[in-house]
Amino acid sequence: MSGLLKRLQGLRKLLKLLLTHSMGRVGVVIFVILGIVVIFGPFLRTVDPMRTGVLQNILQPPSSQFWFGTDHLARDVWSQTLYGARIALLVGFTAAAVTTAFGTLVGLVSGYFGGKIDEVLMRIVDFFMMLPYLPLMIVFAAVLGPSIWNIIFVIGITYWPFTARVIRSQVLSLKERAFVEASRSVGASDSLLMFGEIMPNVVPLMFAEAVLMVTNAIYAEAVLAFLGLGDVSTMSWGIMLHYAYESGLMSMAPWWVIPPIACICATILAFTFLGTAVSDIMKPGYREARGL
Amino acid sequence: MALKGFAGFAIRKISAAVLTIFAIVCFNFVLFRIIPGDPVRLMFRDPRVSAHKIQEMYDKFGLGGSVWDQFVAYLRQLFLHGDLGYSFARRAPVLEVIADKMPQTFLLVLTALVIALVVGTLLGAISGWKTGTRLDSTIITVSLTLYSIPIFVIGIIILMILSFYLGIFPLGGMETIGAGLTGWAYWKDVLWHMFLPTCAIIVWYAGEYIIVTRNSMQDVLDQDYIISARAKGIKEFSVLTRHALRNAILPVVTITGLNVAFAISGVIEAETVFAWPGMGRLVYGSVMSRDYPVLQGLFLIFAVIVVIANLAIDLIYGKVDPRVTVGGGQ
Repeated sequence: MSGLLKRLQGLRKLLKLLLTHSMGRVGVVIFVILGIVVIFGPFLRTVDPMRTGVLQNILQPPSSQFWFGTDHLARDVWSQTLYGARIALLVGFTAAAVTTAFGTLVGLVSGYFGGKIDEVLMRIVDFFMMLPYLPLMIVFAAVLGPSIWNIIFVIGITYWPFTARVIRSQVLSLKERAFVEASRSVGASDSLLMFGEIMPNVVPLMFAEAVLMVTNAIYAEAVLAFLGLGDVSTMSWGIMLHYAYESGLMSMAPWWVIPPIACICATILAFTFLGTAVSDIMKPGYREARGL
Repeated sequence: MALKGFAGFAIRKISAAVLTIFAIVCFNFVLFRIIPGDPVRLMFRDPRVSAHKIQEMYDKFGLGGSVWDQFVAYLRQLFLHGDLGYSFARRAPVLEVIADKMPQTFLLVLTALVIALVVGTLLGAISGWKTGTRLDSTIITVSLTLYSIPIFVIGIIILMILSFYLGIFPLGGMETIGAGLTGWAYWKDVLWHMFLPTCAIIVWYAGEYIIVTRNSMQDVLDQDYIISARAKGIKEFSVLTRHALRNAILPVVTITGLNVAFAISGVIEAETVFAWPGMGRLVYGSVMSRDYPVLQGLFLIFAVIVVIANLAIDLIYGKVDPRVTVGGGQ
């Protein structure tokens, strides 16, 4: 219980620090709005975003009935936009978690053991980093088929090497420190040293990487969906733009295009700002300069 | 290492690149064998197609025999005949389909890259020179913002405003269909079509060049030789262009090589939005028609381009800066 309390206090401290950073403030505000939309979406006058309407409701401009108008199948754009936030955050957070977890594991093992293991793992990392990331994601997504979980997997497999490299270089310097030596000298096992001693010290770095990954993942989902590789059983902002573009009716219905564009930009910028803020406040001297 | 200096360095780099390309070829093979379902069955669902004909199709698409036989056949076709397979949807050799689209893509990418490099470096240099001023913060904020937004979103915004509403630019494609233009008039038409996709790519690429040049410019301006150049009474403009910018530009060269992967991603998005008939649009078309052989071929070619570009940058660097060639080359 006290552990949970401590963690909550840690979060509060982080939030407080973020609010002292101007980009952090903007990021937090957009993030809170997104959170509200995701949680309370069903109560915000939404209908099933996939439910097609009657013929006379096709491509209707915004009205009191359809706040953001309708698309080419007479579906409610307002509902699509709100549900799109769910997909963006679901993909963003899940893919970031998968990528960070796997990248951290590889980085820890590689940096901690060194030698042959390190060499083999880093060769694999270099190989994946060499592949052009968008074509890689496209072929994977095309081969595996369109589903939200495949997209998360594809994003994970594309970005984990970047996290692995960053974590590894941190582990390389950490494992030489006295506290690891001390633990080792009293007989701590490899796994205890890796996960009990070294890992807690890379958590801040993992967090910064994860924020960056959320941005990458949201970006990747939008691009893949726009290129027609999205999960068509769901409605995301990228899929909305894909339909608008494919139908050739984009010019007749700006209300169909502007909401997803605005949402993609706002969300990506929010996480970019958060990422910048997090890496700034983690720099030594940031707190001291502000007397925190 | 037996070989010292640049020759040894070059051999190490080239053999690593060859190994990487071979690994990519293998990876590509495996990737496209895990496709669920049988593409030939999907194409010929008609029961009247004879078993003989179906077998012929399996052979044509390199899908006959055991996986090992397929792999050997794939390697032989690729390395001995330069054969990338046969397109499901276009019923033509993949290499032909792709080669047909290459010039358009290179035209677009190289134009955009050169302009982005020049504009980005200049804006970054100005920003680094005027660090802390209003001009600097405006440049940085705008470029960070544009750089974060997906290029297809930038493209759609540009397309909506300039083509749909203002009607100044065409809606897409590379030339006015059926206009039958020749000579200068034809190229003018192409340039007019090229303008928007090029702009979208420039806006996106330039962001990174601005940030990198700015940071590097800030570092350089603190160096002693800049102070001594100023002390000698050399004009500020001259100090900037001849002393500072020349040194600040090195990191920009590095990212140009590293960013080929990034450039490819941008081109796929931009070509799709503006219906530019290049390799990026071909990616989109092949995704829509589930044309796996073409996707496989495109992936291979993109990956090889990235490897070769990185190799070229490594070698140029080794030539320019001898310190790089010492040691393991890591």
